[in-house]
Amino acid sequence: MKLTLSWLRDHLDTTATVEEIAAALTDLGLEVESLSDPAARLASFTLARVTHAEQHPDADRLRVLRVETNDGEKQIVCGAPNARAGLVGVLAKPGDYVPGIDTTLGVGKIRGVESRGMMASERELELSDEHAGIIELPSGEVGQRFVDWLAENAPEKIDPVIEIKITPNRPDALGIRGIARDLAARGLGTLTPLEIEPVPGEGPAGIGVTIDPSLKDKGCPLFAGRVIRGVTNGPSPDWLQRRLTAIGLRPISALVDITNFFTYALNRPLHVFDMAKVQGDLVIRPARQGETLLALDGKTYTLRPEHMVIAADSGPESLAGIMGGEESGVTGETTDVFLESAYWDPITIAATGRALRIHSDARYRFERGVDPAFTLPGLELATRMILDLCGGTASEVVMDGAVPDTRRAYRLDPARFVNLVGMDIPPERQRETLEALGFTFEGDMASPPSWRPDVQGEADLIEEVARIASLTKLQGQPLSRPRPGVPQPVLTPQQQREGAARRMAAALGYNECVTYSFIDRESARRFGGGGDAVRLENPISSEMTHLRPDLLPGLLAAAARNQARGAADLALFELGPVFTGGEPGEQRVALSGLLVGGTAPRDPWGSRRQVDIYDAKADAEAILATLGAPAKVQIDRKLDGWWHPGRAGNIALGPNRLATFGELHPRVLREMEVKGPAVAFTIHLAAVPLPKTRSTTRPALNASALQAVERDFAFVVDERVEALSLVRAAEGADKQLIESVRVFDQFAGEKAAAQMGAGKKSLAITARLQPKDRTLTDAEIEAVSTKIVEKVTKATGGTLRQ
Amino acid sequence: MTDLATLRTAWLDRVADAADPAALEEVRLAALGKKGEVALMMRELGRMTPEERQTRGAELNRLKDEIDAALRARRLALEDAALDARLKGEWLDVTLPARPRPRGTIHPVSQVTEEVTAIFADMGFSVAEGPQVESDWFNFDALNIPPEHPARQEHDTFFMARAEGDDRPPHVLRTHTSPVQIRAMQELGAPLRVICPGRVYRMDMDQTHTPMFHQVEGLAIGRDISMANLKWTLEEFCRAFFEVEEVELRFRASHFPFTEPSAEVDIRCDWSGGQLKIGVGESWLEILGSGMVHPKVLEAGGVDPSQWQGFAFGMGIDRIAMLKYGIPDLRAFFESDLRWLRHYGFAAGDVPSIEGGLSR
Repeated sequence: MKLTLSWLRDHLDTTATVEEIAAALTDLGLEVESLSDPAARLASFTLARVTHAEQHPDADRLRVLRVETNDGEKQIVCGAPNARAGLVGVLAKPGDYVPGIDTTLGVGKIRGVESRGMMASERELELSDEHAGIIELPSGEVGQRFVDWLAENAPEKIDPVIEIKITPNRPDALGIRGIARDLAARGLGTLTPLEIEPVPGEGPAGIGVTIDPSLKDKGCPLFAGRVIRGVTNGPSPDWLQRRLTAIGLRPISALVDITNFFTYALNRPLHVFDMAKVQGDLVIRPARQGETLLALDGKTYTLRPEHMVIAADSGPESLAGIMGGEESGVTGETTDVFLESAYWDPITIAATGRALRIHSDARYRFERGVDPAFTLPGLELATRMILDLCGGTASEVVMDGAVPDTRRAYRLDPARFVNLVGMDIPPERQRETLEALGFTFEGDMASPPSWRPDVQGEADLIEEVARIASLTKLQGQPLSRPRPGVPQPVLTPQQQREGAARRMAAALGYNECVTYSFIDRESARRFGGGGDAVRLENPISSEMTHLRPDLLPGLLAAAARNQARGAADLALFELGPVFTGGEPGEQRVALSGLLVGGTAPRDPWGSRRQVDIYDAKADAEAILATLGAPAKVQIDRKLDGWWHPGRAGNIALGPNRLATFGELHPRVLREMEVKGPAVAFTIHLAAVPLPKTRSTTRPALNASALQAVERDFAFVVDERVEALSLVRAAEGADKQLIESVRVFDQFAGEKAAAQMGAGKKSLAITARLQPKDRTLTDAEIEAVSTKIVEKVTKATGGTLRQ
Repeated sequence: MTDLATLRTAWLDRVADAADPAALEEVRLAALGKKGEVALMMRELGRMTPEERQTRGAELNRLKDEIDAALRARRLALEDAALDARLKGEWLDVTLPARPRPRGTIHPVSQVTEEVTAIFADMGFSVAEGPQVESDWFNFDALNIPPEHPARQEHDTFFMARAEGDDRPPHVLRTHTSPVQIRAMQELGAPLRVICPGRVYRMDMDQTHTPMFHQVEGLAIGRDISMANLKWTLEEFCRAFFEVEEVELRFRASHFPFTEPSAEVDIRCDWSGGQLKIGVGESWLEILGSGMVHPKVLEAGGVDPSQWQGFAFGMGIDRIAMLKYGIPDLRAFFESDLRWLRHYGFAAGDVPSIEGGLSR
């Protein structure tokens, strides 16, 4: 919403400066987005008189002027045809910034003749597009500031323009008068009275208006208008054109400019039909399926019954409350017009405008809510202006419907204000504030004015009082703690351990990423997602169409981008939501880590090697430990399709899958353009059981004083026997005595097969025996060892390696 | 009788002259070995009278001890010399690189979320979370944004696709974390203090917008919590978060459907030299929106507005991270450029805390 200071002053009698007004507007909730003050741009220019003008010795079109200035006589080279002795104009000196040519002047030489400044044209000073010659002033003294001269002789030319961001609750502020009312309530002047003198109609309109009964209750409560005959629709007067131009509107013709004037001045959109092009009476009715309308924006709209039109015999003439039709629009030849002023239902207008994607000043205002009570007064004021500017005679007013009853009242409780806002504003001041905004009182019940559809409760009264009083004055008051003393922890165990897992991942060397929750369909499909339930109806790009089923697609895409930039070794992780469906709550938190390339840069110690699944497994286990997962878990191979079928595993507690680790499927890597090797893990944080009871007490340490004994065994087994089955079998040999069993060597591959037979490998384990009450005898150790060999042999079909 | 004094001098000289451990061992055997000179002299004691034996025995023992001590001292000296000689040859290039230890980083969004959490936790706010796919009721209606409200259009909402025949209004990707406030009220009732951090989504992508970003909202409900309490809470938050002595906030009236009165909050700052300083200067920077919870919103949360009142606020986590840490481009937050992650990320050990400070 744009306005000029002088336009504002039509409605507000004030001595405040434009800066004061701008500051107050922002503070009132009418945020000033820009303030353009031409006077500030023109401050340095002064008046000067040309005393001599001679032909430039070296250029036909240039003249050399001698100019009398407040700083003595200067020589200036000038190309303007009107530059001549005796002319009083506007001087820009070296050092001055000239806005119209975006240049700071220096002392120049033009075709060999020195020039100390310039005599400016209107365009060079951004006063108008006039550039035929330099400015010639009819009055003024040499040395006088140009802005002072303008203020005295042409104040409209230095009229400041203010642009305001209007929040959706303030339709009244979409008219300049509404803005003036806020400023008056704040105390920055007084609201000037708005005289409404009805124009008596001369004779009947000769056209009927009817609202279809289906629309009277909601779509169009009130439609009014009158015919004005014998108008001349030429250009509007300068003052009106200047105002519209100043706020960015293009003057079109007197009639159109008048409707725009009322739209912006009083938030009263109007429409004029050319009577010569309207056949029959006007009916406000739902559009018929498939009807079309060529609107004023030059586009043809195909309509449906939920759209509302103003129709004549020939069909729709206007999209009600949104945009007029091209056919019945006024032109320079128009002589008889129908001037419409109606009240349209905001919801209907919003729905129609949205469906047809039409943006117009009328839609913008009607969908936020114009003042229904001003429908008829607005018609009278506009009639008056048309008669004044275009001539003609006005008929009687024709109308259907009635001003909707918006009366309502809410209790103003001054104590509640103080309690809620924490500002001490006396009751009488609160009441005065509301009255200044147009509220009326019966006892302590405040009725909002008809132009404030946003006021719908007691809380709105409080907001108005606070806004006008200025929230800038609000002083902070300490918020007491919910309980005295040391604050209690607030994070849930799940939140706490999520944080710990994130820090552990970083400690393990991974860089945390935050990638988008939506990915492309192909990537989603590769990871078990990409269905319609998780599809976005209106994605912002084809790369972001589906909610992610997994974190790895995002990390792989990040890896590919980094590889393209030359980063070969990557350790990336993300902790965030993944989506199992499209209903609220069908999401869970996962943590995925991705390792690509080498484990380390090349160094003298040979630290560099390619990452493998045991790196991913180690990191997954470290993070699971941080999450409090039990040490004893199962590992299975019921793998999702994006893992390498033989080189990945799930870490599980029975059917409860805690994590997956391993190599990614080579096809997935190829499709996602990641150069391998790439290993990864995914941890399902919520699947890791939380401790059942929370106690700070640790179990007692049971550290035996007796020496533990370690015994090593090597078994020859089939190459696909899993080490864990061997360890579990050995552990089972004597649960009391065997403290732990660990794999310490594997001998597999071709050499092993050559030694031990095709398809065989050797696994070596060490068992740690911890006696509890006395030192073990050799015989006892021997007995346990035998048992271990038996158990392992039985469980794995292997043999002790000789 | 050999003169013991002469003998002593002779042996001690030989000990001192031994050039290496082997020579020293020879001396030891020759002097104190089973067949060594001192041992042989000890044997002669048996042939002496008891008186003589007593005197002579004591003298010999003393001599033995003295030689033994000299031998030990000499051995230590020889060992030290040998060690010194060995160390002269032992040299490693200490400027060679160490064995690599990987160094990970925490993303600024996570770090700043923890910072915000630490501050509000101290003021008694817990952390509430909720679904990111939301029903339009939780995202809009419950927040006093009815279907036809113009504010709905201004939210640039992402909608979930609806299967044919499913006539429910489409779910949305939450446009703010406010629905979590409703869920928290429904679940926990009043009094209540929560912050709601998390991902939010808007259909907007340009220089300064990304279709996903992060918000933290706060909600405090009590019997007499006022807008003045809101201002103090935000002042305390900003002072702690930006780690400055003083901040100055300016409340400006504004409009949000879910709060009334509503205020945009500006913070006093200085941009001179292209660097942001909070708390000083002549500029104002809009950092958050806030207000007193609208009675209809309390009702939607199942809280009786005639008994309870409170405030709510919301701000961009990415945005305050950019302001605090001088990060220039929002889009880079989600691009996972390793150089960016390392440069703007935080060490695993940099856990923000009230007592230790939020940042290093």
